[in-house]
Amino acid sequence: MTSTDVTAAAELTIFTHGEITPTRRFRTPMWMRAALYWGYQYKRTWRSSIVTSFLIPVLYLTSMGVALGSLIDKHSHGVGGVTYVAFLAPGLLAGTCMQIGTNDTMWPVMGAIKWMRTYFAQLAGPLSIYDVLLGHLAWVAARLSIVVTIYLIVMAGFGIVYSPWAILALPAGVLTGMAFGAPMAAFAATQDKDASFSTIYRFVVVPLFLFSGTFFPISQLPKFLQYLAYVSPLYHGVALCRNLTLGQVSLWVDLGHAAYLLAWVAVGYLIGRRTFAKRMVV
Amino acid sequence: MVEAHQLEKRFGDFVAVDKVDFTIAKGESFGFLGPNGAGKTSTMRMISCISPISGGTLTVLGQDPVKQGSSIRARMGVVPQEDSLDLDLTVLDNLMIYGRYFDMPRKLIRQRADQLLEFAQLTERANDRVDPLSGGMKRRLTIARALISDPDLLILDEPTTGLDPQARHLLWDRLYRLKQEGVTLVITTHYMDEAEQLCDRLVVMDKGRFAAEGSPRELIEEHSTKEVLELRFQPGQHEGIALELSDLAERHEVLPDRILFYTDDGDAALAEVHAKGYQPQSSLVRRSTLEDVFLRLTGRTLVD
Repeated sequence: MTSTDVTAAAELTIFTHGEITPTRRFRTPMWMRAALYWGYQYKRTWRSSIVTSFLIPVLYLTSMGVALGSLIDKHSHGVGGVTYVAFLAPGLLAGTCMQIGTNDTMWPVMGAIKWMRTYFAQLAGPLSIYDVLLGHLAWVAARLSIVVTIYLIVMAGFGIVYSPWAILALPAGVLTGMAFGAPMAAFAATQDKDASFSTIYRFVVVPLFLFSGTFFPISQLPKFLQYLAYVSPLYHGVALCRNLTLGQVSLWVDLGHAAYLLAWVAVGYLIGRRTFAKRMVV
Repeated sequence: MVEAHQLEKRFGDFVAVDKVDFTIAKGESFGFLGPNGAGKTSTMRMISCISPISGGTLTVLGQDPVKQGSSIRARMGVVPQEDSLDLDLTVLDNLMIYGRYFDMPRKLIRQRADQLLEFAQLTERANDRVDPLSGGMKRRLTIARALISDPDLLILDEPTTGLDPQARHLLWDRLYRLKQEGVTLVITTHYMDEAEQLCDRLVVMDKGRFAAEGSPRELIEEHSTKEVLELRFQPGQHEGIALELSDLAERHEVLPDRILFYTDDGDAALAEVHAKGYQPQSSLVRRSTLEDVFLRLTGRTLVD
């Protein structure tokens, strides 16, 4: 076949005027199609991302958990009856989820509006603005679950998973991340510059990471800071993950933690629907 | 394919599109022409069911954009003014993911992607990242992407703005072939040559309204003369000479660097200039173009 034949053949089939209209047995939900995009993006970086997700807990748990922890354990016999590393690990897990939840919704959301205009490409097809938002959040949740799974495997390697309940730390970690991710996506869609993001990081994310019971029980804090910690979704995420991996579950308390996190996700999503529509459907 | 009646778009107090009526037929190539800020893009965004209408009625592909926006968009290809390609992904992946938005089976997307890359002359770049591609290549990829779902209606918002002449001609050639294939095209542009090449019918927009409507030929006949005589004299003499020669044509216009005489016989007018003893530095007789119509309708101070 000569090259002109190829072109001619191509011309004939590019436009069928509806004849090739794709039919599938099962229609992929709209939001899932948007989530797939982020999956394509992830294809480029998944190797380094997996390595990082593995290395971070190993490094933290070795240095802070084991090395620093042995000092703590020697002087005060662990924390609340368990070794420091067993106490710390679920806290770090929740804290990592918070960081991923915020990071993956700050710049990526604004970038998809301003820089790469990804959302607009999605909106040109059959997807609605709500599918675009939901798809992005679904992707963040998917990525969180990968990270949490790796984290739990590392924890098991350190021998600090004490209970089958720990399996529920997977959804608990995802929920913690999304309690930050959903509101942050809603906020990021209102921003024109990324200056506010580093401010949020410095004045919200880092303090929460340090003072939400991640590294020490909040009973060590002055009373008023304790009340402040109760408001922080991270406090509830840490407590929930910790109860699950240590096997110290008390049903109503932990359901309460989960419900509080879920409320942040729901409110964030509902506000996000408004800010996304306001920004892009004009 | 598209029917608009008293269509309106407002942003607060600002009226971007001011009660316009138009119909676009199947297989037609329809153009919106106008200066920046005339309301072209707002109109396009409403037709693309991305931007809600503020007033009037709009039917696209026989459906209501408010209630059936998603199913309308599923049958439409959109080439936005600003590229929305994913710069980190490869050329092929950009097509693959876009096809997934339309829920096309992977195999089918792959098959069409090969054909469309051929069509867009990007086959060799299929596995390259998009970022380093030239503006013309990105534009062609955007068009290929819009065609992946075999749309019934293709919408192009300023498809060749910012491209060099070679890239523009290649793009026109591709779009012309789409037209031959019977694809319904809706195009906005502020390039007259583009509109003349591609549009069967067009409207000239100005300040949210339609200043004129028709085929390129009709518009020229209606709003300009057959020919234009351009004369260039010493700078500063133009105003005076134009006044003395105003009988020469039905209409003339003084520009900073030349005088335009709108006449049906440019050569005769030029002969008359010479007969009257004027010696222009340079002279040119040319056919009227859409540009003359456009500038007349959308402003440049005119002396009738």
